[in-house]
Amino acid sequence: MMDPLLMNVAMIPAVAVLGIILGLIYKGIDRRLAARMQARIGPPLRQPFIDLKKLMMKENIVPKNAVSWVFNFMPVVALASSLMLLMYIPFLQIPAILAGSGDLIVILYVLIFPSLALVVGGFASGSPYATVGAQREMVAMLSYEVPLAITIVSIAWLMSMTGSIGTAFDLAAVSAANIWSLVGPIGAVGLLLLLVVLIFVTTGEMGAIPVDAAEAETEIAGGLLAEYSGRNLALFYLTSAVKMVALGSLIIALFLPMTPVQLGLVQAGNTGMIANVLCFLAKLFVVVFLSSTFIRVAVARFRITQVVKVYWGYTTLAALLGLLLVGVDILLKVS
Amino acid sequence: MSIKDLNRSLWVFHVNTGSCNGCDIEIVAALTPRYDAERFGVKLVGTPRHADVLLVTGPVTKDMKDKLKRVYDQTPDPKVVMSIGNCGNSGGCFYESYNIDGPIDKVVPVDVYVAGCPPRPEAIIDGVVKAWKKLEDLEAKK
Repeated sequence: MMDPLLMNVAMIPAVAVLGIILGLIYKGIDRRLAARMQARIGPPLRQPFIDLKKLMMKENIVPKNAVSWVFNFMPVVALASSLMLLMYIPFLQIPAILAGSGDLIVILYVLIFPSLALVVGGFASGSPYATVGAQREMVAMLSYEVPLAITIVSIAWLMSMTGSIGTAFDLAAVSAANIWSLVGPIGAVGLLLLLVVLIFVTTGEMGAIPVDAAEAETEIAGGLLAEYSGRNLALFYLTSAVKMVALGSLIIALFLPMTPVQLGLVQAGNTGMIANVLCFLAKLFVVVFLSSTFIRVAVARFRITQVVKVYWGYTTLAALLGLLLVGVDILLKVS
Repeated sequence: MSIKDLNRSLWVFHVNTGSCNGCDIEIVAALTPRYDAERFGVKLVGTPRHADVLLVTGPVTKDMKDKLKRVYDQTPDPKVVMSIGNCGNSGGCFYESYNIDGPIDKVVPVDVYVAGCPPRPEAIIDGVVKAWKKLEDLEAKK
């Protein structure tokens, strides 16, 4: 047998490649479905791969008044940090490589990194459009962090109140405990609210319509990405694909951890493994469909002031209500 | 990686150099569900840095000459320039007017001309197909 540490090191590139390929495939499905919902035929499923190949062969321009090392470095940081995020989250039945005590808090912080790299890259590109986009992205980041933090905290609180204080912030423990089994009907309503909140936060994290004010191509010429071309743009393209998979996997690990084998629908073994993977892909599809495709076809873009209002106002309120319901449920059980 | 990958993923940027908006509306019409240019991978982008094809409309007024040149320089290689509509091709009804520096091919090299006032969306999509051909010829010469 191989040394477990060595095994993990060997898994890292495999997970990275799988994450990128999966992300690009889901991006293709997303574009195709959006087109069908608009009564169009839409691009082929492999369109993101074609786009990526094309971007890699295009000229890579660095504007004259950009800070060139920051400008060129930030796309790499964005992709690296989004891949690192994937190492903390179990996906495709592969347990998280860097899993450890309190990794939910680490995930909360690493989640900021790709967006932050975008912001720094935008400021470094020396274009007024990119600067406006970077400012908007920062405002959007501040807004969706609050409901995200409330969601994570409520889950950790639920975990600690139901007897697993030491592992309240461990993603693997939360995933194994299946939070739905820890609450009664009132708490289930609260968790459902938190799930909706987390899905809408995912929309913001991915910068999809209706909360893509930072990348609004019709008003500020692509915003943050206005000056990026060629290879750098391709790296940001990959970042958004990987982030989509990572965020989807996070929602699945927190809220939808049930697998066919655990539910007793399929026997464990090779068939069970395949069923689990297929079930994961289906769950990821549902999450991506709800957080990206459906909402972006249904709704037009919010102004940046409206983004703040929606996240800090309604979404935070919904998250607090979810926290309250979960709390009431716990207190009823304890008393 | 060859120029062929460009064929199925042409991102277009639209430059209006004093057009009456007729051609611009036809370009937008080419992207609507009825014609659906996205099924060929054609996508409208908001900045020349992301673009592979420049869709230029209008006879190039004196004010726009410098801007058109700059947009052309900002577009990363390899790129294609398409002139959409009679104004851009020849000056149209503004032919030899004192107020224009056009037509477009006097300012930047044009690869594909699409005639019409305004051209139909089918003609514009056909023009994009011709742009693929031009890129393939470029590849063949190498």
